[in-house]
Amino acid sequence: MNRFAYARPATIADAAQLLARPGAKAIAGGTNIVDLMKEGAETPDLLVDLRRLPLHDIRETDGGGLSLGALVPNADTAYDERVSERFPLLAHAILAGASAQLRNAATNGGNLNQRTRCYYFYDTATPCNKRAPGSGCGAIGGVNRIHAVLGTSEQCIATHPSDMCVALAALDARVKVHGPDGERVIDFGDYHRLPGDDPSKDNTLAAGEIVTAIDLDAFDCGHNWTYLKLRDRLSYAFALVSVAIALRIDGDTIVEARIALGGVAHKPWRVVEAEALLAGKAPDDALFATVADRILAGARGHGDNDFKVELARRVIVRALGQAVAGTPQTIADKRIA
Amino acid sequence: MATALSSPTSRIGDPLSRVDGRLKTTGLANYAADFPVEGLTYGVVVSAAITKGRITAIDATAARAAPGVIEIVTHENRPDVVDKDKVWQDMVAPKGSPFRPLGDAEIRFAQQPVALVVADTFEAARHAATLVDIRYEAASHVTDLTEAEAGAYNPKGDGTYSPEKSRSDLANPLGNTKAHVEKVYQEAAHRVSGRYTLAPEHHNPMELFASTAIWKPDGSLFIHDKTQGAQNSATYLAGIFGLKPEQVHVVAPFMGGGFGVGLRPQYQLFLAAIAAKMIERPVKVVMTRQQMFSHQYRPNVIYDIAIAADQAGRLQAIRSDCVGATSRFETFAENIVDWCARGYRCDNIALDYRVAPVDTYTPGSMRAPGAATALNLFEIAMDELAYEVGIDPLELRLVNYTSKDEISGQPFTSKALDKAYAEGAERFGWSKRVHAPRAMTDGRELVGWGMATGVWETLFQAHAVRARLRPDGVLEVATASADIGTGTYTIMTQIASEEMGMPVDRIDAQLGDSTLPKAPVEGGSWGAASIGNALVLACTALKAKLLKAARKIDDSPLANAAIEQVEFVGGQIRVKNDPARAIDLTDLVTTEGGPIEVEETGSPKMLEAAKKARNTHQAVFVEVKVDEQLGQIRVTRVVTAVAAGRIINPKTARSQILGGVVMGIGMALHEETMMDHRLGRFMNHNLAEYHVPAHADIADIDVIFVDEPDHEVNPLGIKGLGEIGIVGTAAAVANAIFHATGVRVRDLPITSDRLL
Amino acid sequence: MTTDTMVDDRVHAPDGDGVPVTLTINGERHALHLDPWVTLLDLLRERLELPGTKKGCDHGQCGACTVLIDGKRMNSCLVLAVTRDGAEVTTIEGLGTPDHLHPLQQAFIDHDAFQCGYCTPGQICSAAGLIGEGKATSREEIRELMSGNICRCGAYTNIADAIEDVMAQQGKAAHA
Repeated sequence: MNRFAYARPATIADAAQLLARPGAKAIAGGTNIVDLMKEGAETPDLLVDLRRLPLHDIRETDGGGLSLGALVPNADTAYDERVSERFPLLAHAILAGASAQLRNAATNGGNLNQRTRCYYFYDTATPCNKRAPGSGCGAIGGVNRIHAVLGTSEQCIATHPSDMCVALAALDARVKVHGPDGERVIDFGDYHRLPGDDPSKDNTLAAGEIVTAIDLDAFDCGHNWTYLKLRDRLSYAFALVSVAIALRIDGDTIVEARIALGGVAHKPWRVVEAEALLAGKAPDDALFATVADRILAGARGHGDNDFKVELARRVIVRALGQAVAGTPQTIADKRIA
Repeated sequence: MATALSSPTSRIGDPLSRVDGRLKTTGLANYAADFPVEGLTYGVVVSAAITKGRITAIDATAARAAPGVIEIVTHENRPDVVDKDKVWQDMVAPKGSPFRPLGDAEIRFAQQPVALVVADTFEAARHAATLVDIRYEAASHVTDLTEAEAGAYNPKGDGTYSPEKSRSDLANPLGNTKAHVEKVYQEAAHRVSGRYTLAPEHHNPMELFASTAIWKPDGSLFIHDKTQGAQNSATYLAGIFGLKPEQVHVVAPFMGGGFGVGLRPQYQLFLAAIAAKMIERPVKVVMTRQQMFSHQYRPNVIYDIAIAADQAGRLQAIRSDCVGATSRFETFAENIVDWCARGYRCDNIALDYRVAPVDTYTPGSMRAPGAATALNLFEIAMDELAYEVGIDPLELRLVNYTSKDEISGQPFTSKALDKAYAEGAERFGWSKRVHAPRAMTDGRELVGWGMATGVWETLFQAHAVRARLRPDGVLEVATASADIGTGTYTIMTQIASEEMGMPVDRIDAQLGDSTLPKAPVEGGSWGAASIGNALVLACTALKAKLLKAARKIDDSPLANAAIEQVEFVGGQIRVKNDPARAIDLTDLVTTEGGPIEVEETGSPKMLEAAKKARNTHQAVFVEVKVDEQLGQIRVTRVVTAVAAGRIINPKTARSQILGGVVMGIGMALHEETMMDHRLGRFMNHNLAEYHVPAHADIADIDVIFVDEPDHEVNPLGIKGLGEIGIVGTAAAVANAIFHATGVRVRDLPITSDRLL
Repeated sequence: MTTDTMVDDRVHAPDGDGVPVTLTINGERHALHLDPWVTLLDLLRERLELPGTKKGCDHGQCGACTVLIDGKRMNSCLVLAVTRDGAEVTTIEGLGTPDHLHPLQQAFIDHDAFQCGYCTPGQICSAAGLIGEGKATSREEIRELMSGNICRCGAYTNIADAIEDVMAQQGKAAHA
């Protein structure tokens, strides 16, 4: 770990100013950046501790929505009664990730900004365009069981590892950020980016910008939701494939469908056109398969992760079944309905 | 290890709670990196960025200038030490030329240590380690066993493989029968053959390798080490530094898991010692978790198995050919191929075992080395044969049951595997099993029941044990072995308590110190039997000596009492038929004015049945529930019935089996160190991506110890338990997966994608 | 004075004399000056003579370093100590002592919920956090919510037994 300057500003304005400096990085819960600094995968010159900023609350917003403070721990968010009642999909996605200890420390803002788990990104003796632009991508042609099958580039096939973000994508969350030019709001789908020619950038946050809150509009899907995660052991592992689904159903008809995939791309993966195939239709396995195919159009494995394409297809179909039946996947019961 | 609070005496067979439990649960048990040391400095290892080649330049300027840095040790400035292979070969080194850390510019394996940065804080060393600029010239490497297989050789030398001892009554003498076995195989009614593989596995004990080295003014060396053999570490360092053995004192009272990786000294030990010598201050070196993947591992294998049976399932031929990985500088060989030929009745056996050098560190022993590899693959083949023949997998084992070692021809001192099959099957409910695959379901999940047999050796090693009654009335019992979590402190306390009639809280069991009486490394499941029997010898001798002292006391109530006439009860020596005639042991030793002690060695020579086979067995039954569509496999139930002679402590014994079973589940479903062969580097070198079972993966495990009296294996009838729980368990999981799904996977681990 | 320099006044340079931080550890208040790169785990082990908290991976992947921070279980290896100014920390040494065992410590001994003992302090602190959270009501939930603590010796079933035992004791106490 390198030596760095440290500041713990008390105001968002001060924090933004500090974060605009070259080499500045934010720390909140620390669960990701400290890990990466120990590996030498992150080497900040200045670490800006955000924990004193007034972003520790979950607030009500108009129309039954919630504004999740960036510094609220993941666990507190998941266990907040308002969250678990109004956005059980989000609560369950959070609890499907990491461990109780990590969820107690990790913050909402930090969850959005956590970096990939790609082996090559972590290992400084190996090439990685995300960590060391221009050095190449070790995962292409290498060990890539956990890597992306959608939205990849010749430069990078890393995935975004979050579970929480998959639910936030499905819930059409908005990310509130504060920067040198004041506040702005980023639609969740625009927050993370695909690797393209610049895998070093995970998201669209500009220098000096701080995530202050994640806003959720009310979305009543009753029991017609699920977060289904497949992984290499039954807990405490990153997703091979996960899916967040929220449906609004009227009688026998799906009114609206939201489907986001995790573990398959550089960002939570949503295909609005595929979701639209479900609108106005009665639930049906053949239809689900068509939707899955549309979501996975263009999906391509890189060797070890070839199985993810078929697995994702099956997970989508199964999860749609769970959501339609109103039997969401629970965290402790490992049987998959 | 004296326990707190009052305690009664304990006997062999009691479920005594661990005597070190209070220390371990309160954080007061000190592991290698936990001891406070005056003037301590910290060493951080820099690992090589390439797999093979040489260092062309090292620029440590920036690192040396970093705050807090005291020294940077590389091959360029490392002081000379004795360089003979012989001194670098520790007690359990395989043949070859052991790796010398910072010995030269050559890079032999990925993450090889190339520098040690020593600073006055851990953080300063960690920082400066990132500043050491090392240039390399890379050479081509081979890490893929399928590629290396072409260069495989017989580890025992030239010629064909032959097992250790083979019986003379075989129709075709072993090791020379390939053509014949092939002929029998081809003519048999039922045949199974195929290639089976096991991925590289890393032991990953929870404790990181750590050593603190302290050079004393008199030139002696004191070490806190993480090791399964304090005397192994001590003699290793003594040889390297040209010291007398008694000049190196290694202590390791607690060890945070070994599983075999602590049998050999790892490189942090030498690095701490050399750095401490250079800077003349104590140095502590702790590996990172990433560096825990830079040394020993369970070698991956390519295992070709062919078995044939007649109509009734009786084995007609076994061909067992295995190639395992080794390094280029040492030949690590395991007993793999013999295992499949030992345990079942079969007259036509052809065995071949070769090792293929790859550019990694030398693989090493990992829990049930050889047997776990062999039987967790061979027992899959046996399950296939059961389906080929069309009989129940358990029935196939019973049809081929043997009461002698099929390679040596020797009968067993005891073998209650038949009881284990019966009791395990009964407890599991095996009779309710539907033979056909895919026939049992639970809701959406397919249910599979699988079973397998496990076998391990009962080994016995010479151990010296000291028994010393101190003036404070505490009995010390001590040997230089280790308690790596197996419960050795506890069973020593129990045995001593029973033998001496003393309460548990007056017994202080001591281990993990090179100055204690001579012991080998702790491994191979030999600890309980070897130490236990030696301890009985020591107690017997101590009793005689105590009586002799008691008789000499003025007006002794025991004057003229012979050893047969007295008993040791309640901390006293007393006359059996006149208990009022007694002397308190504490009074005795107080009168004596100093400790009364003896040292006895239990050696394999004390075993009467030298011409018999001695093994532990388990019959393991596993239930899995498989979500076939999504490839999710859950092990929902395990029943294992273990035949392991006399159980000293059913509580700690059960835990050892649980541990083996859990590691077996990991071997079946999770554990695989994934190599990027282009880079020659293990990539998932962390506990987030090298998956071992977590709490959620482990449901109910039922452990049965079947009654197996054994008066021949050793005087106490103890067989050992550290390894047996893993042997067969992974195969039972694999077989259950087949039963659930109809999908036969011959490669471990069986990750979800294998079922899609 | 501009805002910028005000902010600068509060930036601790890497070669400064450390960042002031106050931590209450096992009830004892420590006023410290620490380099910002010192983790809570290394602080406990290397500077405060509390080596009961173990380093198993140093990356939040094993749970051996679990302590309670303001009552919540966290991986101390991923906590930079300076970021927790004012916090109350409880380590295994603060839960109980050999003569005054915490009920979890006693239950771990009774159920033989460990072998080598290295993950044990983290398991026990995690179990204390789990019980405090009150989210686990079934054995399955205990297993799921304890999954952040790896035990390579495979004592999981005994650990679950020990935790269930203590939860049952406390349930009884609550109804008494």
